[in-house]
Amino acid sequence: MEWQWDWALVGHILPELARAFRVTIAATVFGFSLALVGGLLLTILRRSRWKIISWPAHFTVEFIRSTPLLVQLFFIYFVLPIQLPDFGGMFTSAFVTGVLALGLHYSSYTSEVYRAGIDGVPKGQWEAAAALNMSRGRTWTSVVLPQAIPPVLPALGNYLIAMFKDTPLLYAISVAEVLTAAYQIGSQRFQYVEAFTIVGALFLIVSLISAWLIRRMERWTALPAQ
Amino acid sequence: MSDSTEKPPIIRFQGLEKAFGDLKVLQGIDIDIPEGQCVSIIGPSGSGKSTLLRVLMTLEEPTGGRVEVEGESLYTMKRNGEEVPASRAHISRIRRKICMVFQHFNLFPHMKVIRNVTEAPIHVLGLSKREARERAESYLEMVGLSDKLNAYPAQLSGGQKQRVAIARALAMRPKIMLFDEITSALDPELVGGVLDLLREIKESGDMTMLIVTHEMKFARDSSDRVLFFDEGVIREDSDPKRIFTNPEHDRTRQFLDTILSEQA
Amino acid sequence: MLESLEFIVRILPVLFQGLLITIQLTLGGIFLAIVMSFAAGLGKLSKFFPLRWLCIAYIEVFRGTSALVQLFWFYYVLPFLGMDITAFQAGVIVLGLNAGSYGAEVVRGAIQSVPKGQYEAAIALNFTPLQRLWRIIIPQAVVSMIPPMGTIFIELLKNTALAALVTLGELTFVARQIRDDTLRTTEVFGTILIIYFAVALCITAVMRTGEWWFSRGLDRGGIR
Ligand SMILES: Nc1ncnc2c1ncn2[C@@H]1O[C@H](COP(=O)(O)OP(=O)(O)OP(=O)(O)O)[C@@H](O)[C@H]1O
Ligand SMILES: [Mg+2]
Repeated sequence: MEWQWDWALVGHILPELARAFRVTIAATVFGFSLALVGGLLLTILRRSRWKIISWPAHFTVEFIRSTPLLVQLFFIYFVLPIQLPDFGGMFTSAFVTGVLALGLHYSSYTSEVYRAGIDGVPKGQWEAAAALNMSRGRTWTSVVLPQAIPPVLPALGNYLIAMFKDTPLLYAISVAEVLTAAYQIGSQRFQYVEAFTIVGALFLIVSLISAWLIRRMERWTALPAQ
Repeated sequence: MSDSTEKPPIIRFQGLEKAFGDLKVLQGIDIDIPEGQCVSIIGPSGSGKSTLLRVLMTLEEPTGGRVEVEGESLYTMKRNGEEVPASRAHISRIRRKICMVFQHFNLFPHMKVIRNVTEAPIHVLGLSKREARERAESYLEMVGLSDKLNAYPAQLSGGQKQRVAIARALAMRPKIMLFDEITSALDPELVGGVLDLLREIKESGDMTMLIVTHEMKFARDSSDRVLFFDEGVIREDSDPKRIFTNPEHDRTRQFLDTILSEQA
Repeated sequence: MLESLEFIVRILPVLFQGLLITIQLTLGGIFLAIVMSFAAGLGKLSKFFPLRWLCIAYIEVFRGTSALVQLFWFYYVLPFLGMDITAFQAGVIVLGLNAGSYGAEVVRGAIQSVPKGQYEAAIALNFTPLQRLWRIIIPQAVVSMIPPMGTIFIELLKNTALAALVTLGELTFVARQIRDDTLRTTEVFGTILIIYFAVALCITAVMRTGEWWFSRGLDRGGIR
């Protein structure tokens, strides 16, 4: 069977894929926002003075990081059946589940990044804050975090890209993101080549641009990324 | 030195030039070195001494001029009567006659001392394991490290590391040995021992030695010839006795005055 | 509780079948990943620019796209281009190529971090370029490659689950079937999460051992 790339088909399916790509982007944005917050929470727990808190937090991070996102996604999907009204098709229950899973999974990564950033703040800074009689909260907000976060921004950026590339997993729970759309197009017409190749190209373009932006960011931030 | 008229010199530099971008580091070096000579190269920092050795070792490619080893051009070869850039095989064949000892030793940290010394004889010279080991043991004995065969480089002192590096180079039995400030990275109390070793090597064979050094006493007392390098040229090429007592050039005198007052 | 345990024990043999395939995928993928890491990592350092560009293209394409998209592409698109491929083959190839693209950067970085003096000493001793690489440079670079490679291999293990989405009967696929038959989500997925975690620990242990093995003698910084 002689197969030929079909540009007409490309023109036909591109708008559909672009629409689905919005869901991909939305999942990335919400998922990563969740990961930024979740990671901070985990980091705070891990730094707790009480082993009974810090140790489980540490274990949780290790566990989440070492097991497949797909299984975590199924787990959440089946264990927490989230029932939501259908917000115009985009923010479906499955979408929320997916965002939760992405956010949880990547919290374990961002938590590692925060930890590295905080460990990078010299001990003398803590001591200086203590010498100035700063409260614990004040020490964190005006001394430690402002020094800990900028150097690790590139590393966070890299995980943002990584999460973006993991959003196609939401196909597994039928979220209408771009891979799901491509698969549907492909199986309806039995023409997979164009649809999947376009999806690949979309990811490639966005990743390359973001990676380039992150490299530029690396030059701004004082310390090299992890 | 008497038979150097019949044989070509073991090393000949002709109009040798080397530039890094706009920076001209070697600006026309012309010199012949007869076989078996022990030559000290002295001169201020940045004058191009290391670069000269590195060009001979093929670690840097010259930007002009010629290098000949035993009458054969190092960087070019003859093909159908024409001079063409040398092939890798050509360079490798000539380079086999040369070996180098570095300021920072450059021992292979993942190999024990004995393997540092046997590795190249086995895989480059094609010696059997037993031959290479015997050879290595004898050179390690010569440098006084028979008890360190199974140590890793990280477990040795600076002086010991440099002795291993010397043994490693000797085990290649090169005709020409290059030493680039091999005592500069050593603690002062370890310098003497390594210099004694250099003297011993000089006495024990007919190897040609080019020694870049800041140890003026060594240059004066133990070498056959001293080259004074300055701004990429050889300012003075002389007998060790004369250069230290009665240098021809003011630059040489200035350099020697400063450095000798420091080393006094 | 006890009932749950009994259930888990009952399904273990079936899960074990899936685990076997997961392990085959992992090992096959790791093997291909190592080969690709060295090939592309060294190729990117080549002076021969077509080779260098080929390696850069491979690295950027596989790092820049999603592993699942790659898997779908290999599984669904290749047959159209005249190449028949099983789900297992697609899995191993994609896992290996994907991890290899990350590994290539690790290899390149580690090779470049070997001090210049080591190359120079190797030239002074007249080793051939291949000997330099194989005997002098790579053995030193391997030590710093191992920890990041361990991370990459664990990501590879996690990605084996994706093969379930192209109907390969590995651990996640089998678990999914059991859960659909029994509706006992917590037990089934909880168990395989623990199994994955255990396999990841094994990978970490192997890598630690490797790191210890390759760093004998290195960097003891004069402490006897
Ligand atoms: N790879 C390089 N790239 C650019 N410049 C270089 C390079 N290597 C050497 N140079 C420059 O060439 C000049 C001569 O260097 P060289 O190392 O030969 O001097 P030297 O006489 O050995 O000095 P020293 O006594 O300090 O070792 C210096 O100005 C140095 O900065
Ligand atoms: Mg020098």
